[in-house]
Amino acid sequence: MIPELGHYALVLALALGMIQAIAPVVGARTNDSSLMQLAASTAIMQFVFVGLAFLALVGCYVTSDFSVATVYENSHSMMPLIYKITSVWGNHEGSMLLWVLILSLFGALVGSFGKNLPSVLKAHVLAVQSWIACAFYLFILFTSNPFARLSQAPFEGRDLNPILQDIGLAVHPPLLYLGYVGFSIAFSFAIAALIEGRIDAAWARWVRPWTLAAWMFLTIGIAMGSYWAYYELGWGGFWFWDPVENASLMPWLAGTALLHSAVVMEKRNALKIWTILLAILVFSLSLIGTFLVRSGVLTSVHTFANDPARGVFILAILMLFIGGGLILFAWRAPTLKQGGLFAPISREGALVFNNLFLTTACLTVFVGTLYPLALEALTGEKISVGEPFFNLTFAPLFVPLLIVMPFGPLMAWKRGDILGVAQRLFAAFGVAIVVLALTFIVEGGTSVLAPLGIGLAFFIMIGAMTDIAERIGLFRVPLLAAWQRAIGLPRSVWGTALAHSGIAVTLLGIVGVSTWASELIVAVKPKQAVSLSGYELAFEGLVQRSGPNYREAAARFTVREGGVPIATMEPSKRSFTARATTTTEAALLTRGFSQLYLSLGDVNGDGSISVRLYHKPLVLLIWLGAVVMAFGAALSLSDRRLRIGIPKPATKSMMQPAE
Amino acid sequence: MWRHAFIVLFVALLASGPSQAVQPDEILKDSVLESRARNLSRELRCMVCQNQSIDDSEAPLARDLRLLVRERLTQGDTDQQVLDFLVSRYGNFVLLRPPLEWHTILLWGLPPAALIAGLIGLMIKVRRQRPTASGTEALSQNEERRLSTLVDDRLPKP
Repeated sequence: MIPELGHYALVLALALGMIQAIAPVVGARTNDSSLMQLAASTAIMQFVFVGLAFLALVGCYVTSDFSVATVYENSHSMMPLIYKITSVWGNHEGSMLLWVLILSLFGALVGSFGKNLPSVLKAHVLAVQSWIACAFYLFILFTSNPFARLSQAPFEGRDLNPILQDIGLAVHPPLLYLGYVGFSIAFSFAIAALIEGRIDAAWARWVRPWTLAAWMFLTIGIAMGSYWAYYELGWGGFWFWDPVENASLMPWLAGTALLHSAVVMEKRNALKIWTILLAILVFSLSLIGTFLVRSGVLTSVHTFANDPARGVFILAILMLFIGGGLILFAWRAPTLKQGGLFAPISREGALVFNNLFLTTACLTVFVGTLYPLALEALTGEKISVGEPFFNLTFAPLFVPLLIVMPFGPLMAWKRGDILGVAQRLFAAFGVAIVVLALTFIVEGGTSVLAPLGIGLAFFIMIGAMTDIAERIGLFRVPLLAAWQRAIGLPRSVWGTALAHSGIAVTLLGIVGVSTWASELIVAVKPKQAVSLSGYELAFEGLVQRSGPNYREAAARFTVREGGVPIATMEPSKRSFTARATTTTEAALLTRGFSQLYLSLGDVNGDGSISVRLYHKPLVLLIWLGAVVMAFGAALSLSDRRLRIGIPKPATKSMMQPAE
Repeated sequence: MWRHAFIVLFVALLASGPSQAVQPDEILKDSVLESRARNLSRELRCMVCQNQSIDDSEAPLARDLRLLVRERLTQGDTDQQVLDFLVSRYGNFVLLRPPLEWHTILLWGLPPAALIAGLIGLMIKVRRQRPTASGTEALSQNEERRLSTLVDDRLPKP
């Protein structure tokens, strides 16, 4: 009964979606305000019904109703409750339902909080949002129904992929989807603006918080995915340039560009057409990401043909929205008026530089990810594009971006003074040089890249703080006064400084771990000890344990530093009976920002075990930086000047002028 | 997370084989050769895996390739000779950084081309803007003088 109710709720959501896809547009044409206002209520009701459908599916998983096909294939009655819930989206059908749940959530948010939007714009935005939603409801209902029943219910499920039985599955996909799908709002706003043929600085002000929120979730989502891969996959890498990772990096890069170009548009009424294009592209990249992952083209071009219905359906959605969006753009964009001239050396100029390099970096990832697929489809020739390619092409694009980054926020609008800004960055530059030199000396002159990277990170961090220090008059006014000014600063200023510092923190982590990581691959016998980077690890013995749905063999190690025991580490191997697979659970020991990483290999015939031991200096900074970036975004989002719903009552139907 | 799913797929397929990337018994005694082998391993694809280098992969094939790389290196091959040997055996598919050839021109060329095109486009835009922009710039001395005389003439003297 529950699955049928869920299925029915989804059909009702589709029906509501179709009303919302048409009625507001008709209302906007005929100037019928009741038709336009309908959209807000249907958007909220869509969320309610998709929410019900989602809850129904969660119910099926929690009660282990194996008569439902997806539950049978992805769940097990012995699994802990948390994994029963997370396995809802640990498979294709359920993850698509999560996708539309988040889509309808954003629609409902626009419907309920967008009260100060002009009614025509709001009607169009919600209609476009509903076009997307309907396409995906249809996709789910026709090709990926999560509620499909089996004619005979099996007694036991086939278990969730053991590697997915991790807290990471509870965190990573929902955050990632909040990011991906959040960009749909920017897309809808762009399409609505193109339909209306008018756009002004206020448009950017309305779009920016949504973009910022999506960007924040995407940043955290990617970082959590990276950390998950780091500890779960057993060889301690944090980024693999895997197509699936690239699929999430592309919207992030383009979304970062969009955030910055929207600032120019809001403050200076310039870069309008470019911002609209970016808004379309960012969501297109999110859709392409969904397509790449969902259709199976990534595994091989051939698996695509194994399930043609899904792949073709998503491809059709892709062409409809990306193609349609770009055609609409080509048709209507020339009618938009450009405004706001600026000199090349200016805040705007710096942001254009940012956009140029970010979009080129995004293009590099795009080409690198899709080229092998395209080449194989066209010529049948197979090539591989992996980490060495991206390291070679991506880094040269990102380094100039990082060097220019501290200059941007210090530059004046319209016409900047690059020498003046350089002088104000003198302190940051000085510290960077000192740090660079120190690193070089400590390194003994063996590596050039590491000191440069660390110096750059310090330049960015102190550069970002320079803006704050100048604004609050640090060292010029008494500390108390400076403190009060610091509290009074707009939160978006703090947000910028934090987000930029976050990049520096991540950079520090990447440089640290790629330069100073050490590794030991060795076989150890019981009571034997190995040492790495000042730590001594003694192998005490193997322990057999059993979990709820697995058995595990753990190797107990005592870690000593300077002869003093500091911790025990227990890397293990788990074997899951239902799927007859094993996973490697690495043991991590955190020391400051660094980690010891111990991963267990085979048990050999002579009683020894193979282990991989890594010392990863500063590795935690990689993800901490992302958290700092997201915190900056959150702070900026809490700025009341940006918050939707504060500025004006809803009576105004004209677009508000920029301040 | 789909990365994990793919890996699990392959691990599941190859569950019978050894279960770790680089094994202790593979490591060469000569640390210079070993580090060359590791660097080469990162450039080489495990062909049965989903976008993994043989250095990362747990598949038996990856182990075979790692041993092969080490065997060639101990026989005195240069890094390039090892790569050439593997390419002759498995094709360019084995290289994670494809060589620049006619069919990879777009792969290597598109990003820099886009960057250059963007820069040129921006320069043209700036050029075109200049006449209008200069209209709002500071007046020349001559204009300044003319303006001051005009203002002097028209405004009532205080």
